[in-house]
Amino acid sequence: MKEYASPSRKVFLVFNYLLITLITITCILPLIHILAVSFSSSGYVDSGLVTLWPKGFTLASYRFVIKNEKFWKAFGITLLRIAVGVPFNTVLAILMAYPMSKDAEQFPARRVYICFFLFTMIFNGGLVPTFLLVKGLGLLDSVWALVLPHALNIFNAVVLMNFFRGIPKEIEESALLDGAGQSYILIRLYLPLAKPCLATIILFSFMHHWNSWMDGRIYMNFSDNYPLQTYLQTILSASDNILLSAMNSGDLQSIADMLLVNGRNLRASQIFISIIPVLMVYPFLQKYFTTGLVIGSVKG
Amino acid sequence: MSTTSGIPFKRKQTRKNTLEFHIMVWIPLLFLLIFNYGPMFGIVIAFKNYKPGLGIFGSPWVGLQYFQRIFLMDDTMRALRNTLIIALMKVIANLAFPVCFALLLNEVRVRTYKRVVQTITYLPYFLSWVVLSGILIDLLSPDGGMVNQFLGFLRIEPIYFLGDKNVFRKTLMVTDVWKNFGYNTIVYLAALTGVDPTLYEAAAVDGAGRWKQTIHITLPGIATFVALMTILGIGQILNAGFDQVFNLYNVSVYETGDIIDTLVYRLGIQQQQYSFSTAVGLFKSIVSLILISLSNFLANRYAGYRVF
Repeated sequence: MKEYASPSRKVFLVFNYLLITLITITCILPLIHILAVSFSSSGYVDSGLVTLWPKGFTLASYRFVIKNEKFWKAFGITLLRIAVGVPFNTVLAILMAYPMSKDAEQFPARRVYICFFLFTMIFNGGLVPTFLLVKGLGLLDSVWALVLPHALNIFNAVVLMNFFRGIPKEIEESALLDGAGQSYILIRLYLPLAKPCLATIILFSFMHHWNSWMDGRIYMNFSDNYPLQTYLQTILSASDNILLSAMNSGDLQSIADMLLVNGRNLRASQIFISIIPVLMVYPFLQKYFTTGLVIGSVKG
Repeated sequence: MSTTSGIPFKRKQTRKNTLEFHIMVWIPLLFLLIFNYGPMFGIVIAFKNYKPGLGIFGSPWVGLQYFQRIFLMDDTMRALRNTLIIALMKVIANLAFPVCFALLLNEVRVRTYKRVVQTITYLPYFLSWVVLSGILIDLLSPDGGMVNQFLGFLRIEPIYFLGDKNVFRKTLMVTDVWKNFGYNTIVYLAALTGVDPTLYEAAAVDGAGRWKQTIHITLPGIATFVALMTILGIGQILNAGFDQVFNLYNVSVYETGDIIDTLVYRLGIQQQQYSFSTAVGLFKSIVSLILISLSNFLANRYAGYRVF
């Protein structure tokens, strides 16, 4: 539709584009700044000369991080919790979503079950009782403490449930007439149809495991068992420890690098490395995320 | 029971199907019973003087002593007040800003530009508060932080965004909007596209300009949805954002920045006052339960909203 643009409309449009561009830039500038700081040498960082482009370009802070065993240990724990946690999240969400997507006529007990599921969304035992339970089960300091307490994500299950509901009932009915069981229908018919939605909830649960830090902090007694985000949280206040350990190691390259690094660019480089995986899945997130959001918000 | 094809199921077959459903449901339900319902029994320690050595059953009952302490202690009342103020500021800001941004973005006709803007603005939503606070602490630092350098350029004195108790709440509000507005905008843009386009055409024929169209068609068109989001936001009024506050606050801003969740954490995990911490948490959970039920009821009543 061609529309007539009055002069005032043109002025508005120009300002509109300017304003939106400005707001958008504020979302990306901090990330660029952090990247620039991570590649700059400490002298420039300290005197506040680094804004959006590295000054005194150096890889010293990255060399430090690469040699920092604690960082990679934490990275490994996060990968482990993803490898264990995401399958758990996905399977449990499917097992809840499929029966719950049936109407009460077909599955009368649904009404009762759904109350049990719903109630946990609005009430919980709280921090200390949950901690005492996990402790009582002997899960402290193991990866299971990071996986099992949130193994079922009700939100993801609801998203999937709403997707299942959109699948025509005739598919199920004809399969039932052919003598298929419900597990066959779920695995062979529903899951292949739900691939985009499964991709969405897998990405959600990946992001959950990548970004969680609180459980690591509470359930891990030893900092060697921290996942990446928990580790990052501790260094954001006290990153000078890495410097100390480098000084004690007597490694010549490290000692030379020490002139070029300080708390700020070390933090920056570790923050940036931790963002890279998110940036890598971001295109996929974007592709499925809006769909997931729309599916999730269509209530039925 | 009948099907659309008109052939009734045999009763036996229906039974068998429900059995499979039950088996499926019980697997996730088991996890829920252990890890979500299990801790609910642990709540009794709020009414006991829990000593780890004595166990939950062995610890002596103390009645409502800890609940009385909630109302007697300055720390808890301060946390309650801060929680309400911070959460309310966030509800309003997280509503107003994304709605305005969605309205502005809705006027943009260049699709590539629109997509690039959305891609960039909802990136912060996917980063954790740990990472974002790392970035913010650097950016907002009073000596050499980029924001204060910019302010210095405008001849404004450096502001201690994270250390000044008079500024801290505003910092929380603005950074929360910064993290979430891209995500929220998607929701409102979806609502905007739901407005019937023939209304705009009719208004244009009647001589209404863009501005009048926005006032008389767009805003009423999304009013119900905005009201719905407000009501649901009020249900969350005791959640002021643990992740954000915990990663940004420090002792110098406790007075205006300490919220219930951070207090529960400090009491329970750091100071190991298990019973008192549980009592504070329970107090919050019960008030939340009432507020959420109420807001969901209102949302259902006036906007037809249903969770399931």
